[in-house]
Amino acid sequence: MKIPILRLGRILLTSVQIDLSDNDVLQFQSDVVAQISEVEALGIAIDISALDVVDSYMARVLSDTAGMARMLGAEVIISGIQPFVAMTLIEMGRGLIGADCVFNLEQAVERLNERIAERGDKFSYLRD
Amino acid sequence: MAKPHFEKSISIEASSDIVRARSEVRTIAASMGFGSADQTRLATAVSELARNIIQNAGSGVCEVTDISSTESVILHIVFQDNGPGIPDIALAMQDGYSTNGGLGAGLPGTRRLIDGFSIESRPGLTRVSITMQRESGLC
Ligand SMILES: Nc1ncnc2c1ncn2[C@@H]1O[C@H](COP(=O)(O)OP(=O)(O)O)[C@@H](O)[C@H]1O
Ligand SMILES: [Mg+2]
Repeated sequence: MKIPILRLGRILLTSVQIDLSDNDVLQFQSDVVAQISEVEALGIAIDISALDVVDSYMARVLSDTAGMARMLGAEVIISGIQPFVAMTLIEMGRGLIGADCVFNLEQAVERLNERIAERGDKFSYLRD
Repeated sequence: MAKPHFEKSISIEASSDIVRARSEVRTIAASMGFGSADQTRLATAVSELARNIIQNAGSGVCEVTDISSTESVILHIVFQDNGPGIPDIALAMQDGYSTNGGLGAGLPGTRRLIDGFSIESRPGLTRVSITMQRESGLC
Protein backbone atom coordinates (compact mmCIF):
# COMPACT_ATOMS: atom_id res chain seq x y z
CA MET A 1 0.00 0.00 0.00
CA LYS A 2 1.69 3.17 -1.18
CA ILE A 3 0.35 6.59 -0.23
CA PRO A 4 0.86 9.15 -2.98
CA ILE A 5 2.82 12.27 -2.05
CA LEU A 6 2.02 15.23 -4.33
CA ARG A 7 4.32 18.12 -4.93
CA LEU A 8 3.16 21.72 -5.05
CA GLY A 9 6.26 23.84 -5.54
CA ARG A 10 8.34 23.21 -2.42
CA ILE A 11 5.37 21.97 -0.45
CA LEU A 12 4.34 18.31 -0.27
CA LEU A 13 0.76 17.19 0.13
CA THR A 14 -0.28 13.77 1.22
CA SER A 15 -3.59 12.26 2.21
CA VAL A 16 -3.96 8.94 3.97
CA GLN A 17 -7.07 7.41 2.41
CA ILE A 18 -7.26 3.95 3.93
CA ASP A 19 -6.70 2.26 7.25
CA LEU A 20 -2.99 1.48 7.51
CA SER A 21 -1.26 -1.54 9.00
CA ASP A 22 1.79 -0.93 11.17
CA ASN A 23 4.06 -1.80 8.25
CA ASP A 24 2.19 0.59 5.96
CA VAL A 25 2.65 3.38 8.48
CA LEU A 26 6.39 2.80 8.65
CA GLN A 27 6.59 2.66 4.85
CA PHE A 28 4.73 5.96 4.72
CA GLN A 29 7.17 7.47 7.19
CA SER A 30 10.20 6.54 5.12
CA ASP A 31 8.52 7.69 1.88
CA VAL A 32 7.75 11.07 3.44
CA VAL A 33 11.28 11.54 4.75
CA ALA A 34 12.85 10.44 1.46
CA GLN A 35 10.62 12.72 -0.57
CA ILE A 36 11.22 15.75 1.67
CA SER A 37 14.93 15.33 1.33
CA GLU A 38 14.80 14.70 -2.41
CA VAL A 39 12.91 17.89 -3.27
CA GLU A 40 14.19 19.85 -0.25
CA ALA A 41 10.60 20.50 0.67
CA LEU A 42 9.98 23.50 2.91
CA GLY A 43 6.78 22.04 4.24
CA ILE A 44 4.52 19.01 4.24
CA ALA A 45 0.81 18.66 4.92
CA ILE A 46 -0.44 15.27 6.06
CA ASP A 47 -4.20 14.80 5.81
CA ILE A 48 -5.62 12.02 7.97
CA SER A 49 -9.33 12.77 7.59
CA ALA A 50 -10.00 9.24 6.32
CA LEU A 51 -8.49 7.59 9.42
CA ASP A 52 -11.17 6.50 11.87
CA VAL A 53 -8.69 4.95 14.30
CA VAL A 54 -5.43 6.52 15.43
CA ASP A 55 -3.99 4.46 18.25
CA SER A 56 -0.85 5.16 20.27
CA TYR A 57 1.35 3.43 17.72
CA MET A 58 0.09 5.43 14.78
CA ALA A 59 0.17 8.63 16.86
CA ARG A 60 3.76 7.93 17.70
CA VAL A 61 4.81 7.24 14.11
CA LEU A 62 3.04 10.42 12.96
CA SER A 63 4.75 12.47 15.67
CA ASP A 64 8.11 10.91 14.85
CA THR A 65 7.56 11.63 11.16
CA ALA A 66 6.84 15.28 12.01
CA GLY A 67 10.02 15.40 14.08
CA MET A 68 12.09 13.90 11.27
CA ALA A 69 10.61 16.31 8.73
CA ARG A 70 11.44 19.28 10.96
CA MET A 71 14.94 17.97 11.44
CA LEU A 72 15.42 17.99 7.68
CA GLY A 73 14.14 21.56 7.49
CA ALA A 74 10.47 21.16 6.59
CA GLU A 75 7.44 22.52 8.43
CA VAL A 76 4.71 19.97 9.20
CA ILE A 77 0.96 20.36 9.55
CA ILE A 78 -1.52 17.55 10.12
CA SER A 79 -5.06 18.10 8.89
CA GLY A 80 -8.49 16.59 9.26
CA ILE A 81 -8.28 14.61 12.50
CA GLN A 82 -11.80 13.23 13.00
CA PRO A 83 -13.62 14.50 16.10
CA PHE A 84 -13.93 11.06 17.69
CA VAL A 85 -10.29 10.32 16.97
CA ALA A 86 -9.35 13.56 18.77
CA MET A 87 -11.56 12.60 21.73
CA THR A 88 -10.04 9.16 21.92
CA LEU A 89 -6.44 10.38 21.70
CA ILE A 90 -6.99 12.92 24.48
CA GLU A 91 -8.81 10.39 26.66
CA MET A 92 -5.98 7.89 26.23
CA GLY A 93 -3.28 10.31 27.32
CA ARG A 94 -2.22 13.88 26.78
CA GLY A 95 -0.48 15.04 23.68
CA LEU A 96 -0.02 11.81 21.76
CA ILE A 97 0.25 13.82 18.53
CA GLY A 98 3.20 16.20 18.56
CA ALA A 99 2.45 18.33 15.52
CA ASP A 100 0.24 21.32 14.69
CA CYS A 101 -3.20 20.42 13.40
CA VAL A 102 -5.80 22.21 11.27
CA PHE A 103 -9.23 21.31 9.90
CA ASN A 104 -8.46 20.60 6.26
CA LEU A 105 -5.78 20.47 3.58
CA GLU A 106 -6.53 23.95 2.32
CA GLN A 107 -5.83 25.45 5.75
CA ALA A 108 -2.79 23.24 6.02
CA VAL A 109 -1.30 24.74 2.88
CA GLU A 110 -2.15 28.26 4.09
CA ARG A 111 -0.51 27.62 7.43
CA LEU A 112 2.57 26.09 5.79
CA ASN A 113 2.96 29.11 3.54
CA GLU A 114 2.69 31.44 6.56
CA ARG A 115 5.30 29.46 8.43
CA ILE A 116 7.64 29.35 5.48
CA ALA A 117 7.23 33.10 4.97
CA GLU A 118 7.94 33.72 8.67
CA ARG A 119 11.15 31.82 8.65
CA GLY A 120 12.36 33.77 5.65
CA ASP A 121 12.63 31.00 3.09
CA LYS A 122 10.43 32.99 0.74
CA PHE A 123 13.36 33.39 -1.54
CA SER A 124 13.95 29.72 -2.09
CA TYR A 125 10.21 29.18 -2.33
CA LEU A 126 9.93 31.67 -5.19
CA ARG A 127 12.90 30.17 -6.96
CA ASP A 128 10.81 27.17 -7.98
CA MET B 1 -25.21 -15.27 32.73
CA ALA B 2 -27.71 -15.50 29.89
CA LYS B 3 -26.65 -17.08 26.62
CA PRO B 4 -24.70 -14.52 24.57
CA HIS B 5 -26.49 -13.03 21.57
CA PHE B 6 -23.40 -13.10 19.48
CA GLU B 7 -19.90 -14.51 19.60
CA LYS B 8 -16.98 -14.06 17.28
CA SER B 9 -13.40 -15.20 17.48
CA ILE B 10 -10.74 -13.22 15.59
CA SER B 11 -7.29 -14.74 15.36
CA ILE B 12 -4.40 -12.33 15.85
CA GLU B 13 -1.38 -13.69 14.02
CA ALA B 14 0.04 -10.96 11.82
CA SER B 15 0.15 -7.20 11.88
CA SER B 16 -2.61 -7.10 9.25
CA ASP B 17 -4.91 -8.82 11.78
CA ILE B 18 -4.72 -5.68 13.95
CA VAL B 19 -6.40 -3.71 11.14
CA ARG B 20 -8.95 -6.47 10.57
CA ALA B 21 -9.80 -6.87 14.26
CA ARG B 22 -10.38 -3.17 14.85
CA SER B 23 -12.58 -2.84 11.79
CA GLU B 24 -14.62 -5.96 12.62
CA VAL B 25 -15.19 -4.79 16.18
CA ARG B 26 -16.27 -1.36 14.96
CA THR B 27 -18.85 -3.02 12.69
CA ILE B 28 -20.12 -5.22 15.51
CA ALA B 29 -20.31 -2.24 17.91
CA ALA B 30 -22.23 -0.21 15.34
CA SER B 31 -24.71 -3.03 14.74
CA MET B 32 -25.29 -3.30 18.49
CA GLY B 33 -26.18 0.39 18.57
CA PHE B 34 -23.06 1.95 20.11
CA GLY B 35 -22.55 5.54 18.95
CA SER B 36 -19.62 6.80 16.90
CA ALA B 37 -17.59 7.92 19.92
CA ASP B 38 -17.88 4.49 21.55
CA GLN B 39 -17.18 2.73 18.25
CA THR B 40 -13.96 4.72 17.99
CA ARG B 41 -13.01 4.01 21.61
CA LEU B 42 -13.62 0.29 21.09
CA ALA B 43 -11.78 0.12 17.77
CA THR B 44 -8.82 1.95 19.32
CA ALA B 45 -8.78 -0.32 22.38
CA VAL B 46 -8.84 -3.39 20.12
CA SER B 47 -6.00 -1.97 18.06
CA GLU B 48 -3.86 -1.45 21.18
CA LEU B 49 -4.53 -4.87 22.70
CA ALA B 50 -4.19 -6.79 19.44
CA ARG B 51 -0.87 -5.05 18.84
CA ASN B 52 0.30 -6.00 22.32
CA ILE B 53 -0.35 -9.63 21.39
CA ILE B 54 1.62 -9.33 18.13
CA GLN B 55 4.50 -7.45 19.76
CA ASN B 56 4.81 -9.42 22.97
CA ALA B 57 3.45 -12.89 22.28
CA GLY B 58 3.54 -13.31 18.49
CA SER B 59 0.00 -14.59 18.22
CA GLY B 60 -3.24 -14.97 20.11
CA VAL B 61 -6.94 -14.56 19.83
CA CYS B 62 -9.57 -11.88 20.30
CA GLU B 63 -13.01 -13.13 21.39
CA VAL B 64 -15.89 -10.74 20.95
CA THR B 65 -19.17 -11.40 22.77
CA ASP B 66 -22.45 -9.53 22.89
CA ILE B 67 -23.78 -10.05 26.43
CA SER B 68 -26.50 -7.41 26.29
CA SER B 69 -29.44 -7.64 28.68
CA THR B 70 -32.84 -6.01 28.36
CA GLU B 71 -31.58 -2.92 30.23
CA SER B 72 -28.09 -2.64 28.77
CA VAL B 73 -26.10 -3.02 25.60
CA ILE B 74 -22.89 -4.77 26.62
CA LEU B 75 -19.91 -5.74 24.49
CA HIS B 76 -17.28 -7.94 26.08
CA ILE B 77 -13.94 -8.63 24.41
CA VAL B 78 -11.20 -10.93 25.64
CA PHE B 79 -7.63 -10.90 24.29
CA GLN B 80 -5.70 -14.03 25.06
CA ASP B 81 -2.20 -15.20 24.23
CA ASN B 82 0.28 -17.87 25.30
CA GLY B 83 3.30 -15.59 25.34
CA PRO B 84 5.75 -14.79 28.14
CA GLY B 85 3.21 -12.97 30.32
CA ILE B 86 3.49 -9.64 32.11
CA PRO B 87 5.74 -10.00 35.17
CA ASP B 88 4.55 -6.82 36.92
CA ILE B 89 1.03 -5.80 35.90
CA ALA B 90 0.96 -2.65 38.07
CA LEU B 91 4.12 -1.46 36.34
CA ALA B 92 2.80 -2.31 32.86
CA MET B 93 -0.33 -0.27 33.62
CA GLN B 94 1.72 2.88 34.28
CA ASP B 95 1.74 5.62 31.66
CA GLY B 96 4.96 5.56 29.71
CA TYR B 97 6.11 2.09 30.77
CA SER B 98 7.23 0.06 27.76
CA THR B 99 9.68 -2.77 27.29
CA ASN B 100 9.80 -2.35 23.52
CA GLY B 101 10.47 1.34 22.98
CA GLY B 102 6.76 2.14 22.59
CA LEU B 103 4.89 5.05 24.12
CA GLY B 104 3.68 2.87 26.95
CA ALA B 105 0.21 4.31 26.43
CA GLY B 106 -1.57 1.17 25.23
CA LEU B 107 -2.69 -0.48 28.48
CA PRO B 108 -3.29 2.66 30.58
CA GLY B 109 -4.90 4.42 27.62
CA THR B 110 -7.21 1.50 26.92
CA ARG B 111 -8.30 1.38 30.55
CA ARG B 112 -9.38 5.03 30.30
CA LEU B 113 -11.35 4.42 27.09
CA ILE B 114 -13.32 1.45 28.32
CA ASP B 115 -15.79 0.86 31.19
CA GLY B 116 -14.51 -2.48 32.37
CA PHE B 117 -10.87 -3.56 32.19
CA SER B 118 -9.04 -6.49 33.76
CA ILE B 119 -5.78 -8.33 33.22
CA GLU B 120 -4.57 -11.67 34.39
CA SER B 121 -1.16 -12.87 33.39
CA ARG B 122 1.38 -15.55 34.11
CA PRO B 123 4.08 -17.11 31.95
CA GLY B 124 2.25 -18.85 29.10
CA LEU B 125 -1.10 -17.12 29.52
CA THR B 126 -2.12 -13.49 29.35
CA ARG B 127 -5.76 -12.51 29.26
CA VAL B 128 -6.97 -8.92 28.97
CA SER B 129 -10.74 -8.39 29.17
CA ILE B 130 -12.58 -5.22 28.29
CA THR B 131 -16.26 -4.33 28.53
CA MET B 132 -18.28 -1.45 27.14
CA GLN B 133 -21.75 -0.98 28.58
CA ARG B 134 -24.48 1.51 27.77
CA GLU B 135 -28.10 1.67 28.86
CA SER B 136 -30.38 0.47 26.07
CA GLY B 137 -31.76 3.40 24.17
CA LEU B 138 -28.98 5.73 25.33
CA CYS B 139 -26.30 4.67 22.90
N1 LIG C 1 0.12 -9.53 25.84
C1 LIG C 1 1.25 -9.16 26.48
N2 LIG C 1 2.17 -10.10 26.83
C2 LIG C 1 3.30 -9.75 27.48
N3 LIG C 1 3.61 -8.49 27.84
C3 LIG C 1 2.74 -7.51 27.51
C4 LIG C 1 1.52 -7.79 26.82
N4 LIG C 1 0.86 -6.62 26.66
C5 LIG C 1 1.62 -5.66 27.21
N5 LIG C 1 2.76 -6.18 27.73
C6 LIG C 1 3.84 -5.45 28.45
O1 LIG C 1 3.30 -4.24 28.95
C7 LIG C 1 4.06 -3.13 28.44
C8 LIG C 1 3.17 -1.91 28.27
O2 LIG C 1 2.24 -2.13 27.21
P1 LIG C 1 1.53 -0.87 26.54
O3 LIG C 1 0.92 -0.03 27.63
O4 LIG C 1 0.64 -1.35 25.47
O5 LIG C 1 2.73 -0.02 25.95
P2 LIG C 1 3.68 -0.35 24.68
O6 LIG C 1 2.96 -1.34 23.84
O7 LIG C 1 3.86 0.98 24.02
O8 LIG C 1 4.96 -0.89 25.25
C9 LIG C 1 4.67 -3.64 27.17
O9 LIG C 1 5.84 -2.92 26.81
C10 LIG C 1 4.99 -5.09 27.54
O10 LIG C 1 6.16 -5.17 28.32
MG1 LIG D 1 1.01 -1.55 23.39
